[in-house]
Amino acid sequence: MGYEPQADFGTPASDSAETITLTIDGREASVPAGTTVMRAAAEIGTAIPKLCATDNLKQFGSCRLCLVEIDGRRGTPASCTTPVEPGMVVRTQTPMLQKLRKGVMELYISDHPLDCLTCAANGDCELQDQAGAVGLRDVRYGYEGANHLGQAKDLSNPYFDFDPSKCIVCSRCVRACDEVQGTFALTIDGHGFGSKVSAGTAADDFLSSECVSCGACVQACPTATLTERAVVEIGTPERSVVTTCAYCGVGCTFRAEMRGEQLVRMVPWKDGKANRGHSCVKGRFAWGYAQHQERILKPMIRASIDQPWREVEWNEAFAYAASELNRIRDKYGRLALGGITSSRCTNEETFLVQKLIRAGFGNNNVDTCARVCHSPTGYGLKTTFGTSAGTQDFDSVAFSDVILVIGANPTDAHPVFASRMKRRLRQGAKLIVIDPRRIDLVRSPHIEAAHHLALQPGTNVAVLTAIGHVIVTEGLADEAFIRARCDWDEYQDWARFVSDARHSPETLEAVTRVSAAELRAAARLFATGGNGAIYYGLGVTEHSQGSSTVMAIANLAMATGNIGRPGVGVNPLRGQNNVQGACDMGSFPHELSGYRHVSDTETRALFEADWGVPIDPEPGLRIPNMLDAAVDGVFKALYVQGEDILQSDPNTRHVSAGLAAMECVIVHDLFLNETANYAHIFLPGSTFLEKDGTFTNAERRIQPVRKVMSPRNGLADWEVTQELARAMGLDWNYTHPSEIMDEIARLTPSFAGVSFAHLDEAGSLQWPVNQAAPHGSPVMHVEGFVRGKGKFVVTDYVPTDEKTGPRFPLLLTTGRILSHYNVGAQTRRTANTAWHPEDRLEIHPTDAENRGIKDGDWVRLASRAGETTLRALVTGRVAPGVVYTTFHHPETQANVVTTDYSDWATNCPEYKVTAVQISASNGPTDWQEDYEQLSERSRRIAPPVAAE
Amino acid sequence: MNSIEHLVYMANQIGRNLEALGHDHAVAATADHIASFWDPRMKRLIFERLEVGDPTLSDIARAAVTCLRDRGAPAPQSRATEFAAVDQPGGSDAG
Repeated sequence: MGYEPQADFGTPASDSAETITLTIDGREASVPAGTTVMRAAAEIGTAIPKLCATDNLKQFGSCRLCLVEIDGRRGTPASCTTPVEPGMVVRTQTPMLQKLRKGVMELYISDHPLDCLTCAANGDCELQDQAGAVGLRDVRYGYEGANHLGQAKDLSNPYFDFDPSKCIVCSRCVRACDEVQGTFALTIDGHGFGSKVSAGTAADDFLSSECVSCGACVQACPTATLTERAVVEIGTPERSVVTTCAYCGVGCTFRAEMRGEQLVRMVPWKDGKANRGHSCVKGRFAWGYAQHQERILKPMIRASIDQPWREVEWNEAFAYAASELNRIRDKYGRLALGGITSSRCTNEETFLVQKLIRAGFGNNNVDTCARVCHSPTGYGLKTTFGTSAGTQDFDSVAFSDVILVIGANPTDAHPVFASRMKRRLRQGAKLIVIDPRRIDLVRSPHIEAAHHLALQPGTNVAVLTAIGHVIVTEGLADEAFIRARCDWDEYQDWARFVSDARHSPETLEAVTRVSAAELRAAARLFATGGNGAIYYGLGVTEHSQGSSTVMAIANLAMATGNIGRPGVGVNPLRGQNNVQGACDMGSFPHELSGYRHVSDTETRALFEADWGVPIDPEPGLRIPNMLDAAVDGVFKALYVQGEDILQSDPNTRHVSAGLAAMECVIVHDLFLNETANYAHIFLPGSTFLEKDGTFTNAERRIQPVRKVMSPRNGLADWEVTQELARAMGLDWNYTHPSEIMDEIARLTPSFAGVSFAHLDEAGSLQWPVNQAAPHGSPVMHVEGFVRGKGKFVVTDYVPTDEKTGPRFPLLLTTGRILSHYNVGAQTRRTANTAWHPEDRLEIHPTDAENRGIKDGDWVRLASRAGETTLRALVTGRVAPGVVYTTFHHPETQANVVTTDYSDWATNCPEYKVTAVQISASNGPTDWQEDYEQLSERSRRIAPPVAAE
Repeated sequence: MNSIEHLVYMANQIGRNLEALGHDHAVAATADHIASFWDPRMKRLIFERLEVGDPTLSDIARAAVTCLRDRGAPAPQSRATEFAAVDQPGGSDAG
């Protein structure tokens, strides 16, 4: 099938339940009230010429091309701004309209370069199309008059060019930036003939502006004014495949637009239910890593990590890996082996890795990166609600009246969802932010938080308990909801607990550093402001009380009746693309797929019958436990798929000691990552563009991932795991990932109704998908909680043992930035480095001044665990006493500094609280120098031996 | 801290976070937690700390480990934490 652009109905759909019938060009159309004439015409297949209208932006009415005639009305109204009325009779094509449109188009073209044949948008240009549609054949005015031709292009953005000569000032880019993205980076500067699109900075270029490079303006542009550089270089696409982004947990759907096997561009798919046609800089543009020269395409092995790698054929790699795993199992026992599934890989691939470990290695030593991010979400929501997942779909935010964001920075980490949230906030919803940093949401164009509770890091539970105190003691709890839906006795226990005077905002102010009056006001707003929704991220989970904080959040949602309908709920914003799915697939060492404990006899029997092997009834090792056991000399082999624990996990020295103590580390990845420095076998991975499968996003939405090009390494990841399993003697014979999903559905009640065919038909499905909910479950706990009665849990504030003191007086909290993803393995190999070439340490001006540190200085960041150096960014975004950095760059190795402290229930590391000292520095630390040398040595690849 | 000290720290940390449930409930919940989430070797190592009378084990942790050791394996999951209590209606994620 050839290339078809996405349908554009001109103006947004109306959600009115009332239907209106009208006549357009003699044909009857029935549409929801509030629909425009333009859209009504489009829905019956009549394309009214247009330029300034597009269906993801509000109608604007500036281009005057979409004029129509309506019986009984004077003149020729613009169809994009005219709502339908009952019995309306519309004509879209008359001699008068043709003449008017041609006149309008003539003026546009008189000031437009006539370089269509060499223009990057040739064949994909709305201006070109509309000139044809209105029948323009000549321009009476000539081209010699005043014009905008020959203006300099803005080439500052690494991904798209801005050519003002081709701009028709339709404002679609400006409106997309405002309405879709919500950044308000662009404006129309000047007036009349001098009007121009401006980025509003002194340099007036995109890169120096507030632009976040989401691509909404490029997508909106009807000419070649804003064009992807890849289109300029490659040409226009000739086919497209709908697939799912492999970056964050929002799970945006894209059309991968191709020429042959070459990806030309990723365009957000309007029918994508997670992103609704929007994107961010990562998903839209940062896919060049798939072709990066550093990608490893051949398997490699070595006997020890001080040797160079030796490239081998796949068969040799599998045979060597299997022989090593079998040797270690025979020598040290089956519990000496384990593996880590990848939250970047598909559900099917993740399922196979845990199956290999359970059925092949013979134990439950399997874990996943959720250990270090959202394992407390699994524990907390399972305990309180009965389900290890968020309660809502993303559409829900459009119905929220009060949005509470705690420990999350959506504009950086979940930008597409943040845009949807900001849209709701601009419509009037109130915002409460609980975060030590003044994140962008606190105050940005047309958005201001009603309350920002800038708490001391590590005091989440105290703040939430204090909010509970206000709700209960001021009589703001929703007792009717609680009596109907929750365990009343447990509520009373909780209510007594939070009502205690020691939990009042005034008492806890000394601990939390949050103004009692501000906290009380925030609590009252959340309890009384209408639909209250809570969104949270790793600032909640990555603490020694991460699980307690999740349960405290659930307590507040239940106490205020904010569960079980659109607009409310508890919403974990998941970090990686498939972290929800990896957890669903049985990646935790105590659970089989669908969150069923390994000690459950019936569940084990189900798997044992299907797989033909016994399942160990005892829980396995979590990642940090594996590393401890390795240091103790009893854990010897690890298979790591798509995860870089050396860079992402805490206390790098301990991780490296654990890895170094193992006899066989198998890294299955795209690149020689940091963990691979300690690996003996490297199995090259495939990108999301090169395989079929599914990802599950933060709203439990299972979405298809479709192969758009052949795997450059020769095998998709599920095939690699299958071949490894077969080399170990397992009789696996999957021929397509759909067969793996069939097995998942067979063994997992919440996935019972999922199949590739069903997904192709529905587009996506939100689990549970089963007999009770054959079309999935957008909102959970509607009639009752999955566990029966909602469970209130008393969550006592227990201060972290990571204390500041004279040696380490500041608190470090770590996080991520918009342009990079996790350890940066993918995004550092794209032009996204233009925005964030290095990790920086954010430090408050007061703390910086006390240490003689200026913006841009190199500083030494030291904790009890270790030290590193990086450059300082002096900013008021962090409070005095708090510093912040990202962990995207291995040169910094921010996790050299973080500690072994972790969540009491799940061992999720306490990344968000590390006592540190900052001092001026004049060079890298010993660790950095040593590690750089180790990396250089470890990444050597032996030259191929010449054939005899 | 070494891995033995780390295990003792973990047991104490669980007990400390469940302390607000009241002593007996906290002991049962701590025992249940260790049964549900610790691998066999970790359990064996913490039992050994009990045997040697490790003074760094907290009261709740010591009582919980004692309870766990005495009730034998495999440990059933109690209502104390109810995590993945598969035997009760709605207790799995089957929806």
